[in-house]
Formats: sequence, structure tokens, C-alpha cells
Amino acid sequence: MLSYMVNYQTRLDRTFAALVDPTRRAILAQLEGRDSASVSELAEPFVIKLPAVMKHLDVLDDAGLITRSKSGRTVTVRLRPQPLREAMAWLQRYERFWSGRLDGLAAYAENKEAEARGTGR
Amino acid sequence: MTSLTLVRRIRARIAIVFDAVTTAEGIAHWWGPDAGPVLLSESDPRVGGRYRLRFRMLDGTEHESSGEFLEIVRPERVVMSWRWKGGLEDPGESRVEIRLRAIPEGTEITFTHAQLHDEEARRSHQGGWTGSLDKLEAHLARGTVA
Repeated sequence: MLSYMVNYQTRLDRTFAALVDPTRRAILAQLEGRDSASVSELAEPFVIKLPAVMKHLDVLDDAGLITRSKSGRTVTVRLRPQPLREAMAWLQRYERFWSGRLDGLAAYAENKEAEARGTGR
Repeated sequence: MTSLTLVRRIRARIAIVFDAVTTAEGIAHWWGPDAGPVLLSESDPRVGGRYRLRFRMLDGTEHESSGEFLEIVRPERVVMSWRWKGGLEDPGESRVEIRLRAIPEGTEITFTHAQLHDEEARRSHQGGWTGSLDKLEAHLARGTVA
């Protein structure tokens, strides 16, 4: 359990670190719309050179966000959704927490407002 | 940068909302996420002052968070550092910003929890990945990725 939690944090760290870069997000967005893409297809919209794109793919691969498979001279890249799902689930936990707290705050403050009005303040 | 923003409208005047989010007495009334008790509510709402909050949930688990007030502009703005105490899920220090605005029916509160995750994100000034995450989420929800 403990090592699972530590691994989970490490995976999340890697996911968020990978997502911080706009080029890598653009690569993921490209993959989003299709089943798979070759490296040269992915590199096409970018002004940066192919080796730079390859480096970004390495980071995405290390974070488990994509998979690469080689067939002959073509490398095929696919989106791997699991780490993104985990990252979103993690964010959603925060959202649920704070959404609930703001509901509590609103109920309390509205009560105080009603009290203040009741006493003519 | 990993952040979460929520906006709410509250039917109470801005001074009441401000006190409810900054004073120990106010926070204690709404802090717990379920019917479990708020065990500790300490707050010294001035720049450099600290707060510490602790609640117990109905499942018996206790959760403590603390931090420092970084900016306070009464009654419209509070910025504080934020950290869950200990635990394996502690993702480090983050930043909470609360902005309040008087509106005809009361107060609009804009709550942002920012710098939520990693050091790299914290150092980076590139924002906006949540938008692309949302798009990916919509995509994943459609089930078109195996």
C-alpha cells in the first residue's frame, strides 16, 4: 500500500511535469484526434527540428503518456490515456473538496447575513 | 501550472464573507467536509501570520492543513500558502487565492488553488494546460481511445 501510494505520487509528478510543456501538450492534442500517428506526422506542424520533437516524445514516453512501436523505419505513436485519467481524478478530488467547502462557507455566511439583518445591522 | 478555480455567489455582504474565510471563529463553522468535527482552527490573518486547520471526518481520519498569509487586502483579496500536513499524499506546498467582489445580491467569490503539483510546474510561467486536459477528458469520455 505504501509503495503503491509513493508510486502513485511519482507517476503524478511525471505526468504533470510532462504536461507543463506547451509542445508536449500540442503533441498530445494531435494524438487525441486519431488512433495513432507517425513521428514525422507529429513533427510536421512544429517549427522545431525532428530531434527536438523526439526528445519531447521521450519525456511523454517516460511519463507513460504515449507508447511508441517501431515497424521497419516507421515509429508509430499512440496516446496512453491511463496517466491522464489518474491526473484528472486527482484534480477532481480537489475540486470536490473545495466545492463542498465553498458550499459550507456560503451556508454559514448567508446565515450570518440573515442574523445581521435580523438585529437591524 | 496546475490550478483549480471555482466561482460562487453568496447572498451575504462582502465583510461577512471576508471574516468567514479569514477568522478562526468563522472558518471553524464551515471547514469540515462532513458532519465530523473541526478539531482546530487557528488563524492570524495578517501578512506573515499563519493559520492551522484540522478536522476529523466521520470515517475517523483526521486532516490538517496549514500555511502563511502572503497577501491580505480587506475585504477583497487573500493569498496564502497551503500544505496538507504529512501523509503520503502530501504533494508539497501550494497556493490559495481568494478574491471577493461585492455584487447586488451579495458577494462573488473566486477561489483558486494554484501550484497544485510539482516543482517544475511551480517554476514554469506557462499556464493553461487544464484547457487541453479538458479536451482530452472529453475525448476519453467518448471512449475513442482504447
